[in-house]
Amino acid sequence: MTHMDKYIMPAGKTEAAPGVDRLDVKAVNRPGERSLYAGREKVYPKLAHGRFRKAKWLVMAVTLGIYYALPWLRWNRGPDLPDQAVLLDMANNRFFLFFLEIWPQEFYFITGLLVLSALSLFLVTSAAGRVWCGYTCPQTVWTDLMIVVERFWQGDRNARIALDKRPWGPVKVFKKGMTHLSWLAIGLATGGAFVFYFRDAPTLADELLAGTAPTIAYLFLGIFTLTTYVLGGIAREQVCIYMCPWPRIQGAMVDRDTLLVSYRAYRGEPRGPHKKGQPWEGRGDCIDCTACVSVCPTGIDIRDGSQLECIQCALCIDACNEIMGKIGRPRGLIGYDTIAKQEAVAHGTTAPLRLIRARTLLYAGLIGLVGAIMLVALANRTTLEINVLHDRNPPYVLLSDGSIRNGYTVKILNKLQQPREFALQARGLAGARLAIVGMEAGGKIEVATDALREVRVFVTVPAAQLAELDSLTTSFALVAHDAASGHETARATNFQRPATAMPGRGP
Amino acid sequence: MTAKRDIDAVTGVATTGHEWDGVKELNKPLPKWWVWTFYATIVWAVGYWIVYPAWPTLDGYTKGTFGYSQRAVVADEVKAAQAAQGALRDQLASASLDKIKSEPDLLRFAMAGGAAAFQANCAPCHGRGAQGFAGYPNLNDDDWLWGGTIEDIHKTISGGIRSDHKDARTSQMPRYGLDKLLEDGQINDAAEFVLSLSGKSTDQAAVARGRKVFADQCASCHGPDGKGKQDQGAPNLADEIWLYGGTKQAIVESIRTGRGGMMPAWVGRLDPVTLKSLAVYVHSLGGGK
Repeated sequence: MTHMDKYIMPAGKTEAAPGVDRLDVKAVNRPGERSLYAGREKVYPKLAHGRFRKAKWLVMAVTLGIYYALPWLRWNRGPDLPDQAVLLDMANNRFFLFFLEIWPQEFYFITGLLVLSALSLFLVTSAAGRVWCGYTCPQTVWTDLMIVVERFWQGDRNARIALDKRPWGPVKVFKKGMTHLSWLAIGLATGGAFVFYFRDAPTLADELLAGTAPTIAYLFLGIFTLTTYVLGGIAREQVCIYMCPWPRIQGAMVDRDTLLVSYRAYRGEPRGPHKKGQPWEGRGDCIDCTACVSVCPTGIDIRDGSQLECIQCALCIDACNEIMGKIGRPRGLIGYDTIAKQEAVAHGTTAPLRLIRARTLLYAGLIGLVGAIMLVALANRTTLEINVLHDRNPPYVLLSDGSIRNGYTVKILNKLQQPREFALQARGLAGARLAIVGMEAGGKIEVATDALREVRVFVTVPAAQLAELDSLTTSFALVAHDAASGHETARATNFQRPATAMPGRGP
Repeated sequence: MTAKRDIDAVTGVATTGHEWDGVKELNKPLPKWWVWTFYATIVWAVGYWIVYPAWPTLDGYTKGTFGYSQRAVVADEVKAAQAAQGALRDQLASASLDKIKSEPDLLRFAMAGGAAAFQANCAPCHGRGAQGFAGYPNLNDDDWLWGGTIEDIHKTISGGIRSDHKDARTSQMPRYGLDKLLEDGQINDAAEFVLSLSGKSTDQAAVARGRKVFADQCASCHGPDGKGKQDQGAPNLADEIWLYGGTKQAIVESIRTGRGGMMPAWVGRLDPVTLKSLAVYVHSLGGGK
């Protein structure tokens, strides 16, 4: 029975079952007497083994891998534009997302992405509960990572408890110091990865090391190092329980048919230690080993039922299944279950798993709708735009030969990844002459790659043609034409003239 | 007070022990880290009061030990902006007007400075859009009394027109009616002739008589064909633009009472760089020659 020597057990330790120790752990949110200001009870999650732990490792690897690797992916956009696949170029007002390039006035694409993400979250939560919280939330992923590091330097649960109880000595200083240094290093890598999304990664990496990066890069690096270290290393479950609004919202999104991590009380109660040879009839399968509590990262007891503090990471399922295997009982005392199914069992029947129901269909439908709208908007995105602002003061100018001139400020947007030239024409205004300030007649407006160019334009209608304009405000179009590709875009505007035919003074 | 704690049956959590009209409140504990962060913010606030301007006093306010002042910050920023402009301002001061128009950076700077100076100094008479009013020229059009080249415009702005500056441009349109230089009938005929120059006369007999009046009285300044002389500031009477109105009545009035608008001299009131910027700006409004 040498394995028992590894555990620090208080006097009077008990066995939950032969070969299974009853661990000394209590839920941090147990009901009872509490003072007005409660000190935090430190949580020492034990390492669990099982399918869900493996799934969580996989999700952690994938999410962290994406987060750290994404800024380093390259995407060729030609010589004038950055070649980083994912770049949020705040300095130049562009978001580059692989083949997409988002200008500030197209920010609704990002909005659409966020709406899609929110709807997907609602769908997943209504189907399978708090999988966001338990598997993919950055707080969970980084806390899990910090615990891995802590376990590496300080050992599993009992060793960590023992270390904390020991007085400070060289071994404790070394272990604790290395743990916190490792956490700071992880925080630095996390903060570092974040700033790489906003500036070309290889360039910024060199600059950061050489000390020549912009101050704001160092600032955000520092902020994210600090927040990752504090939130993932130190605050941990306090974030989930007290700071984050999601637990409150997620709890409202689940219903009777949502799969939640549940303790099957109908199978587990009445609970109690089981001695070898005792029958299993007339008692529950729960041997009160508290393995489920010991692996919980927020330190709660799932047997108290669904609660706000439970982030549904499913580690208690793995812990309990391992114990059930040791004592020869069937798996699944804790498992993903729905309220409807549990109530059915309580009444002696079964209920199906209703993943497809009104709520999930509605979310799925909305996702489809928003996705379709975004795809249509994306397909209709043009690479050439023109904006025209008619001068308001004065709206027209009488020239010495009796002709009337209107002034316009024209902005041409070239969203192509190469420079282009445009000819500007006035269409729909008989006899009009168009002149661009600063250019000879027939000159082409050059617009750089992925840029906007503003020009002043004068449209003049000779005196003879003025009478043929049948109203004081005549609509016509200014057209920007790209000879090389044949693309053109037009913007409707108007030409204004005075009412009186007699030459007068001013408007 | 009883020592017994009141435990809520449903949640198992103690209440605060008070009751308000039958309503009790659960006593859930606040986390210690939250409480200490709260205390820290209070300490920070007090420190803030000490070092920054904070509290009103009877006749002022507490200034703070840092000596921080938002007015001082603004003054520093203005100085920094002026210093940053220094290089371009120097270039503008030494460059010729044509050079300014041909170099994009100088042109942009001059246009921006000119536009701002225009709104502050010129807009009261010429209008915010430079469109002018009766008696105040429209600077957007291509009709110039004293010349529309950039040098002409610069000279006009600097010395003014009929101002009391030594470099002022000056000329005189006589008061033919008020000073009894012409009779009413002659004025009427001259006006008809002037109208005929742009094809708007209605009395052919008056036009014929007016031709002689014009040749004797008006041609010396306005030119034999009425096209104006820019060194005299005499307007082109044959075009479609009229500073004081182009109706028969307005033209008669102009001849009768004479005309002599006044433009202040801006040299001395504005610095040379601003004068140059204004010239560039006005020249770029659309009618510059």
